[in-house]
Amino acid sequence: MSDMSRGPAAQSAPGHDPIKAVPLRHPWRNVIGVVLVIFLAAFVYDAAVNRTAYDWPAVGKYLFDRRISEAAFITLQLTVYSMIGAIVLGIVLAVMRLSPNPIFKSIAWVYIWIFRGTPVYVQLVFWGLLSTIYPTLDIGLPFLPPIAQLPTDQALNTFWIAVIGLALNEAAYMSEIVRAGILSVDKGQEEAATALGMNWALTMRRIVIPQAMRIIIPPTGNEVISMLKTTSLVTAVPFTLDLYTRSRDISAETFNPIPLLIVASLWYLATTSVLMVGQYYLEKRFARGIDRVTVKKGAKLPQGDAPTVTGLAGAKTGQNDGPKENR
Amino acid sequence: MTSTVPMVRASGVAKSYGSHQVLTDISLEVASGEVLCIIGPSGSGKSTFLRCINHLEKVDGGRLEVDGHLVGYREKGGVLHEISAKDAASQRRDIGMVFQRFNLFPHLTVLENVIEAPRRVRKQPVAQAKERARALLDRVGLADKVDAYPGHLSGGQQQRVAIARALAMDPKLMLFDEPTSALDPELVGEVLDVMKALAADGMTMVVVTHEMGFAREVADRLVFMDQGFIVEQGDPREVLAAPKHDRLKSFLSKVL
Repeated sequence: MSDMSRGPAAQSAPGHDPIKAVPLRHPWRNVIGVVLVIFLAAFVYDAAVNRTAYDWPAVGKYLFDRRISEAAFITLQLTVYSMIGAIVLGIVLAVMRLSPNPIFKSIAWVYIWIFRGTPVYVQLVFWGLLSTIYPTLDIGLPFLPPIAQLPTDQALNTFWIAVIGLALNEAAYMSEIVRAGILSVDKGQEEAATALGMNWALTMRRIVIPQAMRIIIPPTGNEVISMLKTTSLVTAVPFTLDLYTRSRDISAETFNPIPLLIVASLWYLATTSVLMVGQYYLEKRFARGIDRVTVKKGAKLPQGDAPTVTGLAGAKTGQNDGPKENR
Repeated sequence: MTSTVPMVRASGVAKSYGSHQVLTDISLEVASGEVLCIIGPSGSGKSTFLRCINHLEKVDGGRLEVDGHLVGYREKGGVLHEISAKDAASQRRDIGMVFQRFNLFPHLTVLENVIEAPRRVRKQPVAQAKERARALLDRVGLADKVDAYPGHLSGGQQQRVAIARALAMDPKLMLFDEPTSALDPELVGEVLDVMKALAADGMTMVVVTHEMGFAREVADRLVFMDQGFIVEQGDPREVLAAPKHDRLKSFLSKVL
C-alpha cells in the first residue's frame, strides 16, 4: 500500500500529468444570445417610449396603492387557507381511497368524481348561492328539531365561502397527488411496519406519508401557484377584495385597464416568487435520508468496521425491560 | 418458560394465488429455542411460508399456530373466524421479521428506526426505548452509527440495523427471509455472525437462506422445499452430506 501512494502526491507523479486541452467552443450560443438581447432591448425601448397605452406613470402610481397591496394580501390569505384545507382534505381522501375499507373507497371516489368533474367557477357560484338554498345552518339530528340554528350568511361571510369553495375543489386534485406519492413508496416499507406490529393508520402516518411527501411536494408547489391565480375567480361568489377583482374595479373607475393589469401581474409574480422559495426549503426538509450522494469528504467508508459481536446475551436478559403485553 | 407447546406448528398448510398452488400440505414444528433453516429453489414457496407465519400472507388451508395460537383466525365452537386487523397486529408484534431488502425506514435515523415500534406500538417511554436501542445497536456492532441515515450505511450494516429493529420488540420468534441474498459477498459474514450469536442465545429462529454453511453450522433442523412441498427434512449435517431425494441432490449440486 505504502509504495503505491495515492493521494495528493500522486497528481504530480510521472505519467499522471493533468490534462491540458482546448475546451470545446460553442460559437452559435453566443450569436443567438446576442440576437435575443437585441430583440429584448428593442421591445423594452418600444414599450417604454412609443406605446403610451402601457401608461407607465400610472403603473408606478398604483403599484404600491394601499388598495392593491391589501388586495394582494387578501389573495395570499385566500391561497394559503384554501390550500391548507385542500391538503388536509386531500390526504384524508387519498388515504380513504387506498384504504382496505370499501365504504371509504367509494366515498373518496365519488367526491373526486364530482369536484374534479365540474368547473371550479361553477362550484364557486354554487357556494355563493348556499344561503339561498340553505337559509339556515342547523346542528342536530335528522327529523328532529335542531339543537342550534344559524343564518347561513351570518355564519359564513363571502371570504370564507370563497375559501371553502376553492379548498373543496382543490382537495380533489390534491388527493390524486397524495395518492401518487403514497403509491410511490416501496411496498416493503408498509410490510416492514406491519411486521413490527404497527397498524395500518400508524403505518400510513409514521412511515408511508412522510416518505411520500418527497414526491408530493413538487406538484403541490405547482398547485399552490395555480391556486394563487385561481383566486381571481372568486368574483363568482361574489367576493371582490382579491387582487384581480380589486384592480379591475379600480380600472373601471379610471377607464385605464392596461396599467392595472400590469400592476396585478407584478404582484402575482412577486407572490409566486416568494412561494417558490418556501417550496425549496420544504423540499430540502423532506429529502432527509435520501441524499445518499452527499457523503461528506473524508467520511469513513461504510465497509470499514467489522461487527464486534460479543454474544447477544444482553439482548435476552434485557427482555423484561419493556412493558410486556401478551394477549 | 419451558413450555411443551412448539413455537410454530404447521399441519397441512396450503396456500394458492388464484389457480397457482404455492404451498401444498406443509407440516412441520419448530420447538422453542430451535433454529430451523429452509432451503429450496426460487419459487419453491419457502418465503411464502415464512410470510404466512406472521400473517403477511393468508393461509388457505390446514392449521398454522404460533405459540399455541392460531395465526390469522380465532376458533369458536369449532368454527374459524377471521381476526380483526387490530388483533393481527398484536399477534405480529411478538414475531420479529428480517427482510431480504432490509426495508429500513429511509427517512428515520438508525436510532429512530429501532425505537419506532417500541415507542408507538409498545408505548415505551422514549428514554427507555432509546437506551434499549443503543444497547441492541452496540451488540450488532453499530454503536457509532446511531445518528446515521440508512442510505449512508452499507448493506451489511443496514441488515444488522434491521435485526436490531426486530429485536427491540422483544420477539419470541425471529423470521429471516433470505437475509444475506441482497448483500455483496464480503458483507455476508457480518450479518451471519450476528445471527449466529442470536441463535447461541437461544432465540427461536426460522431462516430462509441460501447459505449452506450457515445452515450446516447453526441450524438444528433443515427443511428442503420444492414446488410447495417439503421434500426432505432432518439434521442439516446429515441432509447436506447424504441427500436422499433426487431433487435435493440436483439442487445441492448447483448451489454448493
